Amino acid sequence: MVDRSRWLTILSHTVMLLGVLMVAFPLYLALIASTHTAEAIVQVPMPLLPGSNMWETYKAALFGGGKLGSNTSVAHMMWVSFVTAIVITVGKILISLLSAFAIVYFRFPFKMFFFWAIFVTLMLPVEVRILPTYKVVADLGMINTYAGLTLPLIASATATFLFRQFFLTVPDELVEAARMDGAGPMRFFKDILLPLSKTSIAALFVIQFIYGWNQYLWPLLMTTSEDMYPVVIGIKRMLAGGEAANDWNIVMATAILAMLPPALVVILMQKWFVKGLVDTEK
Amino acid sequence: MEKRVLFRSSWLPWALILPQMLIISIFFFWPASQALLQSLQLEDAFGLSREFVGLDNFRRLFNDPTYHASFKITAQFSVLVAVIGLSLSLVLAIFADRVVRGAMVYKTLLIMPYAVAPAIAGVLWIFIFSPSIGVLSYGLGQLGYNWNHLMNEGQAMALIVIASVWKQISYNFLFFLAGLQSIPKSLIEAASIDGAGPWRRFWSIQLPLLSPTTFFLLVINIVYAFFDTFGIIDAMTAGGPGQATSILVYKVYQDGFKALDLGGSAAQSVILMMIVVALTVVQFRYVEKKVNY
Repeated sequence: MVDRSRWLTILSHTVMLLGVLMVAFPLYLALIASTHTAEAIVQVPMPLLPGSNMWETYKAALFGGGKLGSNTSVAHMMWVSFVTAIVITVGKILISLLSAFAIVYFRFPFKMFFFWAIFVTLMLPVEVRILPTYKVVADLGMINTYAGLTLPLIASATATFLFRQFFLTVPDELVEAARMDGAGPMRFFKDILLPLSKTSIAALFVIQFIYGWNQYLWPLLMTTSEDMYPVVIGIKRMLAGGEAANDWNIVMATAILAMLPPALVVILMQKWFVKGLVDTEK
Repeated sequence: MEKRVLFRSSWLPWALILPQMLIISIFFFWPASQALLQSLQLEDAFGLSREFVGLDNFRRLFNDPTYHASFKITAQFSVLVAVIGLSLSLVLAIFADRVVRGAMVYKTLLIMPYAVAPAIAGVLWIFIFSPSIGVLSYGLGQLGYNWNHLMNEGQAMALIVIASVWKQISYNFLFFLAGLQSIPKSLIEAASIDGAGPWRRFWSIQLPLLSPTTFFLLVINIVYAFFDTFGIIDAMTAGGPGQATSILVYKVYQDGFKALDLGGSAAQSVILMMIVVALTVVQFRYVEKKVNY
């Protein structure tokens, strides 16, 4: 530290507190709202301190029984979200590990063609090609299935590039040593490359899990039956009642529940999260 | 860059790359080429007949005042999101860089919005600004300012900007903080010995050295505002009131899925693709020329 002027430290803390306040305010309010009854919240202004209805609200949200916009419970929606996020994450990491391995460690015809074909997918997010992609998935009969929810989102190359970058930094001596010891390519991949890639995999896991969990547009098109709604879609459907008619306490409890898993992943794996964020954007 | 030592096998690399190629061909290249093709065709809403119409769909779009309006809204929206978001998070990062005690707590709280889905961020903020029961709209009402984003176009725009900035602040903050921490301490110390105060050091050393980070974040934030804010808009305003918050991506969805104008929607997709490709090229060119210190 260069200088330690007192007022600058105070100013720093003041600014940080203001920032945190701004960021945390909506989260705080959601938490408060989820501890009240629906009637208490529509009182203007709503209470700003915790109420006593927390247990009932969360029970109603998690297991249904309230007058929700849909018949399925939030617990079920969270399960759908969880499966979707995990399939996207694991699927992406697996196929990317394999294809990056092929591109870095083998020489074969059309290698550069494949490389560029994968590279191009980086450029176009699902959002710009929704209609035709929807049509393909519908033709394959994948509406309202996990395959339809996940496969089109796996078709992107962020992970492949991350692994390619990483493999290129692995010393050549390791391959030489492995070959000298008589190990084939798959043996080398399994026993040497995979263990070395652990941190990259962890970082990617965090980023992709959040990406998968938070998907909105694609599941919105892809799911027409309520029992395939991920929680992010479910919460939007609850808002259909219009302004004051909503059970805001249940909506807010659902919002808290829906952000819990990704928030936990971010907090518990903060180190890998920051690494993953910085690495995937390089 | 190539590896010196390579494995040899006539079939293994093909087998390894097959899963990825299959998935991107079916779910990426096929739909993308369909979008290109459809943008040149006119199809009736039931998909019974289609004819080749050349660039008619594009011509129709460029003469469509609502499309012009959507372009303008998108530009306005993305500039607001990028400028406000970057300034706020830069200020936070500068001070976070100075703070020693409690730094971890601040940081953890500031990255929370990253974990929140855009649609849920929208729901949280609509609760706060709801004209009938919202806390802030009530507060504004007490101050004599009438808030109703369901009627007022400017307020609807302000609302989606607030939610989008809030959601993106963690990302910007983390990158700015990483950028600040990678500036060599010796530079700051040297400036300090030469008598530069904190204010001067920020303007003459830290800010210029952050310019690559800032430029990178600017592109990322524009891409974010263009595409990733769909959930926020759908949850908060659904493009309304009227078309006041219907950005380009939202219009593709509205025209394609609600109005079933397939050709028009595909043409819009193609235009969006060109915008993303242009932005990506800008970004990569910058990465190549990345200034080294």
